[in-house]
Amino acid sequence: MSGPKHDGACDAATARALEETWTNKPGLPGWLESNNHKVIGRRFIVTAFAFFTAAGIMGGLMRHQLATPNSTLLGPDFYNQLFSTHGTTMMFLFAVPMMQGFSVYLVPLMVGTRNTAFPRMTACAYWLYLMGGLLLLGAFLCNTGVDAGWFEYVPLAGPQFGIGKRADFWNMVVTFSEATGLMVAVDITTVILKTRAPGMTLSRMPLFVWASLVTSLMIIFAMPMVMLAANLVQFDRMLGTHFFNPAEGGDALLWQHLFWFFGHPEVYFIFIPGLGFISAIIPTFARQPMFGHDAIVLSLIATGFLSFGLWVHHMFATNVPELGKSFFTAMSFMIAIPTALQIFCWIATLWMGRINLRTPMLFVLGFFFVLMIGGLTGIMLGSVPLDLQLHDTMFVVAHLHYVLLGGAVFPLFAAIYYWFPKVTGRMLSERLGRWQFALFFIGVNTTFFPLHLLGLAGMTRRVYTYGAETGWGPLNMVATVGQVINDVSMFLFVLNVGWTLFKGKAAGNDPWGAGTLEWSVPSPPPAYNFLALPVVSSREPLWSPRGDEPTHVSGLSTRIREGLVTTVLDALPDTRYAYPNPEIWPFIAAVGVTGWLVWSIWSVPGFVWGMIPPGLAFIAWYWPNRKEAAAEVAWEKEP
Amino acid sequence: MTTRRESVPASIPAVRRGDALDVSGLPSYGFRHRSLMWWGNAGMIAIEGVAFGFMIVIYFYLRSIAKTWPDDGAVPDLLWGTINLGLILVSALPNWYTGKAALDRDVIKVRWGLIASSIIGTALAVIRWLEFTALNSRWDEGAYGSAVWVLLGVHTFNLVTDYFDTIVLAAVTFVKPLEGKRFVDIAENCGYWWFVIISWLPIYAVVYWAERF
Repeated sequence: MSGPKHDGACDAATARALEETWTNKPGLPGWLESNNHKVIGRRFIVTAFAFFTAAGIMGGLMRHQLATPNSTLLGPDFYNQLFSTHGTTMMFLFAVPMMQGFSVYLVPLMVGTRNTAFPRMTACAYWLYLMGGLLLLGAFLCNTGVDAGWFEYVPLAGPQFGIGKRADFWNMVVTFSEATGLMVAVDITTVILKTRAPGMTLSRMPLFVWASLVTSLMIIFAMPMVMLAANLVQFDRMLGTHFFNPAEGGDALLWQHLFWFFGHPEVYFIFIPGLGFISAIIPTFARQPMFGHDAIVLSLIATGFLSFGLWVHHMFATNVPELGKSFFTAMSFMIAIPTALQIFCWIATLWMGRINLRTPMLFVLGFFFVLMIGGLTGIMLGSVPLDLQLHDTMFVVAHLHYVLLGGAVFPLFAAIYYWFPKVTGRMLSERLGRWQFALFFIGVNTTFFPLHLLGLAGMTRRVYTYGAETGWGPLNMVATVGQVINDVSMFLFVLNVGWTLFKGKAAGNDPWGAGTLEWSVPSPPPAYNFLALPVVSSREPLWSPRGDEPTHVSGLSTRIREGLVTTVLDALPDTRYAYPNPEIWPFIAAVGVTGWLVWSIWSVPGFVWGMIPPGLAFIAWYWPNRKEAAAEVAWEKEP
Repeated sequence: MTTRRESVPASIPAVRRGDALDVSGLPSYGFRHRSLMWWGNAGMIAIEGVAFGFMIVIYFYLRSIAKTWPDDGAVPDLLWGTINLGLILVSALPNWYTGKAALDRDVIKVRWGLIASSIIGTALAVIRWLEFTALNSRWDEGAYGSAVWVLLGVHTFNLVTDYFDTIVLAAVTFVKPLEGKRFVDIAENCGYWWFVIISWLPIYAVVYWAERF
């Protein structure tokens, strides 16, 4: 085994010069200005975990309300706000940003570069996300929480029934979170296609990077839809347009089409990175290169395409044409094929390897079980007659939680245990990790399996209470006990992280003996990532014997933040590239955009005049700094 | 390293020195798809293209279920929209000229091109305002009015954004020293303007002609 090495030129002086060039200013300004992908990625992950915790508490409150019949713990209006804010937070503020945070942190390290392609844009995206999320939760705490479900169906969210400002906050937060998602997606796509280390052809790209690429492209083609839709419903509310008003030629069902055209791919924005985590972890713990690497890549791409053809299966209970329903049933069944193909490749890899059963691997095995159940109930719900029976019942709640917990949260914990040593330099406790896994596995199944039975027994979703005569009490109590077990599991996780940060065992560069580039650098990685950018000649550079190829790149400046642009297919060195220095403007622009969107909730003129401050901030962001420009002119070389 | 990998598209290739691949001779920026900015721009065009496309889909979806469309039978006047069509096609000339001058890194020509584009942009923005006055329907009268106003609105948002970008870039060309990468930005701004021009063709056709057939 051998990793990229450096020659004598890359000595301690080079490291010091790079450290000086790439380290942020100290103090608050440096903190607000930072555009380093590792800082931004960590912020995304920590913030998304905080939102996950908040949404988890909301879920816990709902479960306690439902634990017994005729409970008066919560009122119906608060319950509406709880389930809507829980879903919105989990989908828009936890799942997608968490996965994108991992991409922002890991992809530049995995492809062998020093930062993301547009680091200031990523920094701005983070601030927008944080402010949007705080707006949603702040509104919830002020009794203005969204209350028409996480998909804000009209007419409930329209001007006639969506009274007050609750739906407006949903529209604004969706605009925030989707703008964030799109900015990060464009950035990650560019990093992957244009800044891979020399020699990292597309066929040598790690599978997690493939998953990030497919997800980012899907986001680019799906998220504009929900931004557009949220704005249209906001226009209905604010300006009196009639897109969703049947009395004036609009159509309520149009909202469902627009939302689910985005909403179904959304599930896959969350699921595909999870598949990428699994594909990164299995080879390491099987000590075996992935079986069927190309088949997995093609499966990820196929999943991405097929996910755009499923949206109507959320609308089987509406009056869409029967032939259309049959088509979407077929598509819903078909998308199981690429996922199954990947599962077979993973099983084959595990079969051929020698399994090292550490905590990340336990979560991977948990993923197999939980996702399998979620997938099977998905096939049941893909069938129109069964869906009509089960639509809007607890069966659907059980299904979606199995899919999302199985497809995203189990892989996420696997990923956290796997990459935590890289990010912090310390190993999470294996003993606490095993306990957390065991409790989480038991907790998830105890919480959500009974909901299948409750759904079959006729318990609908989004009811804040039920009568004792229904007989639903005992199963609901079991589900609530499961929730408590989950809470204990999460407590153990937080304990594990807290303990490890202070007392954890040092990790070293490559504690798991993995093969991809991020493990070739120290843990945590230095600000500049690589002392010298690597040159890659295989899929697992740290596992492959070196041939006659060069091992690293030389000739990049250590005095400015310089990186390398390579060609799309073959990753041939093409141009050098100066990364922007940290600046305060992305933060100020995000504050300006927040002000604009909040102003426009209360005022139509605010929608127009509010654009001026962020516009000025963007101009200031772009405006040349004479000193930096002079240095750059001295450095640059024309093409 | 194989021969193929060494045959880089750059004017000066990376050179192998011992275990290292020396890239110090590579240019510090490149135009078109060689630049990261091109890819960022392409991403933004894809995002906005999706939004425009679906706005047109929404228009025809609502039309397909409407009892009356337009609401009171009044279609937009052709005058201002068609003038805008002509003018936006004319704007292709300074846009093409500016883009070419940016590739040649000719700051004088770029400056004139950007100024000409800004003047045409001003005219386009003013005429767009007049277009809204000639739609013959209000956004709050019915679904038809809502659809045409927003359809015209989304394109206006793009037109005005790129108009301001052009003005800012024109101003930046007067700042010294001017880095080479600013020419890449200018070339990409021209690329984006092509999108503004091309996207106007289907939107113009829908707003002004869909109800005349």
